[in-house]
Amino acid sequence: MKLEGSVIFEEIPIEYTRSLQPIISVRDLTKVFGQDPEKALELHRRGRSKQEIYEETGSTLALDDVSFDVIPGETFVLMGLSGSGKSTLLRCINRIIDPTEGEILLDGEDIVGMGQEELRTTRRRKLGMIFQGFALLPHKTVLDNVAFGLEIQGVPAEERHAKAEEVLQMVGLGGYGGSMPGELSGGMKQRVGLARALTSDPDILLMDEAFSALDPLIRRDMQDELLDLQQRLGKTIIFVTHDLDEALKLGDRIALMKDGAIVQIGTPEEILTNPENAYVEKFVADVDLTRVLTASEVMRRPEPVAQCTAGPRVALHLMEEHDIPGIFVITRQRILQGRVTLDAAAEAVKKGKQLADILITDVPAVAPDASLSDIISLIVESPYPVAVVDDTGRLRGVISRGAILGALARKGEDINATA
Amino acid sequence: MQLPKLPVGDAVEVLVYWIEQYFGWLLDAISGGLGFLIGGFQSILIAIPAPILIVLVSVLVWFVTRRDIKLAGLTALGLLLIWDLQLWSLAMLTLALVLVSTIVALAISIPLGIAAAGSDTLNAALRPILDFMQTMPSFVYLIPAVIFFGIGNVPGTIATVVFAIPPALRLTNLGIRQVPTELIEVADAFGSTPRQKLFKVQLPVALPTIMAGVNQCIMLALSMVVIASMIGARGLGYQVLVGIQRVDIGGGFEAGLAIVIIAIILDRITQNLVPQHNERS
Repeated sequence: MKLEGSVIFEEIPIEYTRSLQPIISVRDLTKVFGQDPEKALELHRRGRSKQEIYEETGSTLALDDVSFDVIPGETFVLMGLSGSGKSTLLRCINRIIDPTEGEILLDGEDIVGMGQEELRTTRRRKLGMIFQGFALLPHKTVLDNVAFGLEIQGVPAEERHAKAEEVLQMVGLGGYGGSMPGELSGGMKQRVGLARALTSDPDILLMDEAFSALDPLIRRDMQDELLDLQQRLGKTIIFVTHDLDEALKLGDRIALMKDGAIVQIGTPEEILTNPENAYVEKFVADVDLTRVLTASEVMRRPEPVAQCTAGPRVALHLMEEHDIPGIFVITRQRILQGRVTLDAAAEAVKKGKQLADILITDVPAVAPDASLSDIISLIVESPYPVAVVDDTGRLRGVISRGAILGALARKGEDINATA
Repeated sequence: MQLPKLPVGDAVEVLVYWIEQYFGWLLDAISGGLGFLIGGFQSILIAIPAPILIVLVSVLVWFVTRRDIKLAGLTALGLLLIWDLQLWSLAMLTLALVLVSTIVALAISIPLGIAAAGSDTLNAALRPILDFMQTMPSFVYLIPAVIFFGIGNVPGTIATVVFAIPPALRLTNLGIRQVPTELIEVADAFGSTPRQKLFKVQLPVALPTIMAGVNQCIMLALSMVVIASMIGARGLGYQVLVGIQRVDIGGGFEAGLAIVIIAIILDRITQNLVPQHNERS
């Protein structure tokens, strides 16, 4: 099991390995819950299974030689079913749970070996935590909840309230400072939870199933806002979830956990298209592919196209040759100009009009990185293929209804074939 | 055949003698301190003219019940009735005994409850003692109180304190143990010291449960103060006892009624002292 973690570790894609020093570095982390961790570890070293260790010693092997690095500004998702050890792992990082063995380096400092005073300072300065059940203090106002971290640090009331008010504004709850937590809805409560974690300005946010208790719609809003905040603040986030869709949406990288060990670490794309083993495949089997695939992955080459300098006769000829009812018109720099139809081109040839006279400029276009789930209705409703245009206005490809079905079928086969 | 009788009674007598011999000074100090407290409270309560105190208490009820004007009005009527029945000074003495007993009982039970919540060992050690204290018939406490402190208000207060400790201790312990794990994790995750965790998270979150313990403590103290009249504690309870001894149904009933009125007022005040943090439905 130990090997698995380290082998995967070396497969981190280039864009991560070339980056800065890791902000969090977890090395050979093991956690045993129970009376006699030494004996359990001894059995574990002799290759006994989790179940056998439990039967013999009554101890549970919750984390099994876990190793990974997280770089600054990254959103690192710990994903797995309940009991896979993901929450335990998260709590080891701020030592709410003490690991049995291994080390956790935060900016190069091992938090596992810290004394109480040093540990408190690290928790105050570097680590913020957001909880599944929101965990707001029921006797404090929203403002005092948000200021809690600063209160613990001994910041004077006026200063911490000013800071808390500022962060409340940032999460969209300005003016709610005087409310009690019991008066807020679930989504608002978690905004308060998020604000509380942000107020002491930590480098690292630990998020434990932070959105799992919310309604699907509110949940999506919160995910979008987290992405937005992340973009602005550049925090390092460790996000625990059991929801693959959420992991794929938020994670720069995902670590899939099972029985206390990491099964695979990779980008969402890697996890989906290149599952390390049968377990990962099963896990990703029922993922909603439209959420994962982007426009650039399903588009086809835009052929044929008409140059805007060409006349209607050329366009008509191209359309007749390829037996298509319309054609995209581009400049020499491949900038999309619009579209002409077969009928319009035939009439222009008869009446001697120019291509520009019959050009339809109002054509639907999507960005290459748009997710399929966002554009699928546009494509289905459009009578002709939709153009994929990058931010410089160049035509990169086209997506037809058939192309989507083809791509979904292909992806599905990929995943099933590796299973 | 008769089994030889174990000399339990003799042993207890020896123990009592030994305690009086070596800890007499401590018993005297406790006795003196409690006597002073009771006397002090009683003097203050008596010194305030009855009409003023009636208004003060009614306003207090009105305030803590968040402007329940009906309850405040009933409080005023009840107290006026006690005054009218010429039981006012006796009622004030009973109130003084209840207040002193409660203060002493809480001063012991709340810190012990906090300690028990933090230590499973202490909790396990306290549990049988508390079970013992709660199942023992209440007037059994009168015997050691009389032995060590004679008869009068002080031994009555001591017996009352012993009787009133268990619920407050248990509920403090329970309240702190019931603080949700996530809230404890909040305290830890944000870098609280153990003291900050206790005062900023555990105690405030447990406060409604602890207040239920305080409420129980007061109620038990009031009931015990009546029983303690058997060893010479004065006040309304003594009046009831006199009523029983003289078959004076009317006098006994009047004093009993006054006790009920005081009990209800104390109960309503303590129940409403801490706002409940209700969840939005």
